[in-house]
Amino acid sequence: MVDLVWFQLLSAALFVIGLYGVLARRSAVLILMSIELMLNAVNINLIAAASHMEGFGKFSNFDGQLIAIFIITVAAAEVGLALAIVLRMYRNRSTVNVDEINLMKW
Amino acid sequence: MSWALFIVLAVVTLGGGLAVVASRNVVHAALALLVSLVAVAGVYLVLYAEFLALVQVLIYGGAIVIVLIFAIMLTRSAEYPRTSDNKQRPLAALAALGLLGVLVPAFLINAVRDTEAQNVAFTDIGKSLFTTWAVPFEIASLVLLVALIGAIIIARSGPGEN
Repeated sequence: MVDLVWFQLLSAALFVIGLYGVLARRSAVLILMSIELMLNAVNINLIAAASHMEGFGKFSNFDGQLIAIFIITVAAAEVGLALAIVLRMYRNRSTVNVDEINLMKW
Repeated sequence: MSWALFIVLAVVTLGGGLAVVASRNVVHAALALLVSLVAVAGVYLVLYAEFLALVQVLIYGGAIVIVLIFAIMLTRSAEYPRTSDNKQRPLAALAALGLLGVLVPAFLINAVRDTEAQNVAFTDIGKSLFTTWAVPFEIASLVLLVALIGAIIIARSGPGEN
């Protein structure tokens, strides 16, 4: 059987890839995609822990799966709202490049 | 058997993720994201979390990627090659590798060994969702409603715009 730690390492690797994407990408849509990768990494971690719950003794339960459902819900809401903001940004400034959205930077 | 499946799915997940952050074509990045997310659904199946795998394919594969592709269509995709990466790329790689260097030893030190993944029944998830997690469930539906209304209000053109 695949040990819990391998799922955790997969989740860490996926999270790190997403983090790199958020920091290195310049287009708002690509940054959103990287955020989705990070959320999925967290979900893998939660669901792996929930499925291997017998390893955690008397505190074990499968609440990780339910938290993962809520994370997916919030991710759906976040994507809808963020893409509305991206569309508004594009209409007002004709760009989705976050380096050019600098009105509130100092 | 589950090892082979896990290795294949992990490779596809990480390869898709790398393609998302490295691709210069934004549509290719969206398709790579779809591949990666469906592979994550496969990882859930290896963990015997069938319900989550179903939800993953439906919501991520069916909704979120489509919405992202709509956003790419509605903004000008011709300017994407120019805007793919910024100057912070080495710094970003350094930060990502630093975090990996923290996470991997942390997981290895605290590794829980010799446990088997076990199935959680649909009925248990449903019961838990509507008893222990009933209040967060209602709040989640409110969050979705507010996000939808907010998205419509933000994205529609106001008076005086074309």
